[in-house]
Amino acid sequence: MKPFNVFPYDSNFNFMRMRWVSLAIAALIMFAAIGAMVFKGFNFALDFTGGTVTELRFEKPVDVDGVRSRLEAAGYQSAQVQTFGTGNDLLVRLQPKAGATTGQSSVTADDVLKAATTPDNRGTIVKSDFVGAQVGSELAWNGLYALLFVVLGFLIYISFRFEWKFAVAAIITTLHDVVIVAGWFAFTGHEFDLTVLAGVLSVMGYSINDTIVVFDRVRENFRGMRTGPVDVLNKSINQTLSRTVITSFVAFLTVLALYLYGGGSLKGMAEAQMIGIVIGTLSSIFVACPLLTIWFLKVSKQDLMPKARDEAALARRP
Amino acid sequence: MLEYARWKYFIVLIVVLLSGLYALPNVFPQDPSVQITANRGAAVDAALKGRVDAALKKAGVASKAIEVQKDGDMLVRLNDINAQGRAADVLRPELGNNYVVALNLASTVPAWLGAIGAKPMLLGLDLQGGVHFLMEVDRKAALDKRFEAYAEDLRVLLRDNRIRYESVERRGQDRLVATLAPGADADKARILISTNMTSSAGGGLGGARFQTEVVGNQVLVQVPESEIRQITANAIEQNIGTLRNRINELGVAEPIIQRQGSDRVVVQLPGVQDTAQAKRILGATATLEYRAVVDGNPYDAVASGSVPPEARIYYRKEPGVDGKPMPILLNKRVIATGEQLVDARSGFDSQSGTPMVSVTLNGIGGQRMLDFTSNNVGKQMAVVYIERIPQVTTVDGKEVRSTRTNEQVINAATIQGVFGKNFQTTGLESPKFAADLALQLRAGALAAPMDFVEERIVGPSLGAENVERGRTAILYSFGFVLIFFLVYYRMFGLITNIAVLLNLLMVVAVMSFLGATLTLPGLAGIALTVGMSVDANVLINERIREELRAGLPPQAAISTGYDRASGTILDANVTALLAGVALFAFGTGPVKGFAVSLIAGILTSMYTAVSVSRAMATLIYGRRRKLKSLAI
Repeated sequence: MKPFNVFPYDSNFNFMRMRWVSLAIAALIMFAAIGAMVFKGFNFALDFTGGTVTELRFEKPVDVDGVRSRLEAAGYQSAQVQTFGTGNDLLVRLQPKAGATTGQSSVTADDVLKAATTPDNRGTIVKSDFVGAQVGSELAWNGLYALLFVVLGFLIYISFRFEWKFAVAAIITTLHDVVIVAGWFAFTGHEFDLTVLAGVLSVMGYSINDTIVVFDRVRENFRGMRTGPVDVLNKSINQTLSRTVITSFVAFLTVLALYLYGGGSLKGMAEAQMIGIVIGTLSSIFVACPLLTIWFLKVSKQDLMPKARDEAALARRP
Repeated sequence: MLEYARWKYFIVLIVVLLSGLYALPNVFPQDPSVQITANRGAAVDAALKGRVDAALKKAGVASKAIEVQKDGDMLVRLNDINAQGRAADVLRPELGNNYVVALNLASTVPAWLGAIGAKPMLLGLDLQGGVHFLMEVDRKAALDKRFEAYAEDLRVLLRDNRIRYESVERRGQDRLVATLAPGADADKARILISTNMTSSAGGGLGGARFQTEVVGNQVLVQVPESEIRQITANAIEQNIGTLRNRINELGVAEPIIQRQGSDRVVVQLPGVQDTAQAKRILGATATLEYRAVVDGNPYDAVASGSVPPEARIYYRKEPGVDGKPMPILLNKRVIATGEQLVDARSGFDSQSGTPMVSVTLNGIGGQRMLDFTSNNVGKQMAVVYIERIPQVTTVDGKEVRSTRTNEQVINAATIQGVFGKNFQTTGLESPKFAADLALQLRAGALAAPMDFVEERIVGPSLGAENVERGRTAILYSFGFVLIFFLVYYRMFGLITNIAVLLNLLMVVAVMSFLGATLTLPGLAGIALTVGMSVDANVLINERIREELRAGLPPQAAISTGYDRASGTILDANVTALLAGVALFAFGTGPVKGFAVSLIAGILTSMYTAVSVSRAMATLIYGRRRKLKSLAI
């Protein structure tokens, strides 16, 4: 019985021939993403901006205008009130008043509930979040620190296991992916909350995984093949192609399940990861390897061959 | 022939068994239950059990079991959540203030599992419902208060030594400046200050000395950095202590009170829905009162009701011989209050060597203490800890706001001599007692105010929904993957699937064993682990196919495939692990939960993919001599 295969044996697409085109497209998309982040900005969720969001569930459909006016009467100006789901669910957003310190702007869910509920249509709190403004900005900084930590960790580990050119190429590829995923959220204006941040950062894990698998084969082939670097790179991509596609396909399926069935609070995270998987897969083929052929990142056989410590490392393998 | 060392099979077997064992507790459902804890020396005994049983029967609430636990609490197990709520409503008024009635989820895990340390994963707030508060201690206020006290100390010191001064003020963040009157001896003042002021003002115990410097007619006093850190550390510790006491009062089964960063406290109360009440209790005010002890037998006074006119009956914190709180007669006149208390620190008395607490009052409190002790050497003085908790009760459908006051005598001691604002309570029974007393004294002083900087409420219905959603998502993500592999790799697909399922078991076991809290993003992390563990298997399977194509015989292809893929798997996973560690180190709340399951998943997936699946492949194909092809 012949095995199933997504690609015929010995696929031999000439990915490297179009490396300038693919790099140009990647750069273009990346700059578009940066542009979206700079000029459009993120639709930051409460986690980062601070404020209060309360989700209420009522027995009957709710009169939104009535709730809004009752909230205004209770002293909450500029409250955003909207229904969702069946119309029995209500979402109330309150931004902290400018200049007020956190302690004072702490609006309890009970106050909102009291204002929103009427004797003939009682509501219950499904969920309520209040976040002080200073907490949010710290979270954003922590996200950046995490990014920095990962970049540094990659640089050290990949330089040690491979070569610094591989490390730089892998990091550029990974950052490219993260920037595009983040840019997507800026571009579409989809809400950017803490779980989305986790999703975006976990894209780094995926992206590097894909890239490393290809690089690993490149290293192996550089040692075993007697052709030029471009051919080695091309061959390596082709050899790992079916693995790359299958892994990404399966990972995409699992994240799709999260997106479809995980409910609202996981949607943003799953969205970030779905896009990250697609971009990460493409970039490991179209960005990571082409990077190894240009300018100061151009690798040669000599970069990998005479490393005694790598030989030793290879010998140690089971 | 394929070889795979026998001891490796043995390890695989042990790993599978251990994973199964430690993942097992998660299977047992939890009983909704009501936990009853005794307050103030009240007893949990058979009589209480009878009372509880009778009260529940009368209200028509069926209970599964009523048991007394090892730690002395009583647990009433109930059939469902509704019965749990009703039981608590029945028991609270029935048992009154002497018992705390808390909602709890009791484990039904058999005792032998608990004995080997196997326990179910805790559910996070987003899966269980409850409230999460993040509170920030106002460091500035704590420092301001302490510096005010230092300034007051300085003034008194100068006045007592007849050095005339114009002003004593705080300058900048960490300095005090005493401006002396013209003609005053600045150097004498400097020496006086540097010998008398130490960081633990009042206690005189060790501590860095303050740096002093004379500039013209001014003496500059530099408060050391270590002292400033100590003040803030004390402020937060004191607030955590106070919070812990109050949350016990609230009756929450498994509260989490944790310090976060330098000046924040996380409070998580699973199952609590009345946030307004929770916030009121957490924000309650506490104070202290120093009162004279009135002679006379307090037991007689309690029994006969004839209390001396100047006295009132208070109760000690610790129970007496009969197990009930000891009464004590105290004067109605207050000597000093918590507002006048500046600091309390525990240590050892330099003369007797016994544990002690040294207390510092401010000027006013010190003066009143001096007046009182001048006339009362040899008599007893007591400290009363008072907590005022605002509460809202519903009477005839109307909300009535009232304040409940908790008064406890936390210490009574004999006055050995005349003292003012600095004094020590010596001869305490243990260093721990001294530390607790100091903490409680500080808690009663006006603590540094706390702000709520974050508040998250998850309703119980949402929690249940989230559990359901997480379960569905994991089910589908596994379903997709398992079916795909079975179709794509056939026999090796089956091996991969078993490895993936074992990986899930191991992640659950590791997380349970570590006592990790399971959150919705954590569930997402577990689902993603599937993606990760799959990758290692795909690498191996593809490599085997490749080796087969290259013309290797099947068994050689298997072993070469595994060998060659392992290096790649290691590199790919270590880098992915770095990303996971970064998420854990810099993330908070949901991000952290996600990171924990991701890290656990990556680690276990490396093992299952490389070791376990190889063991299986060898077991299936290793002994066949005429193996022509592989089902891959």
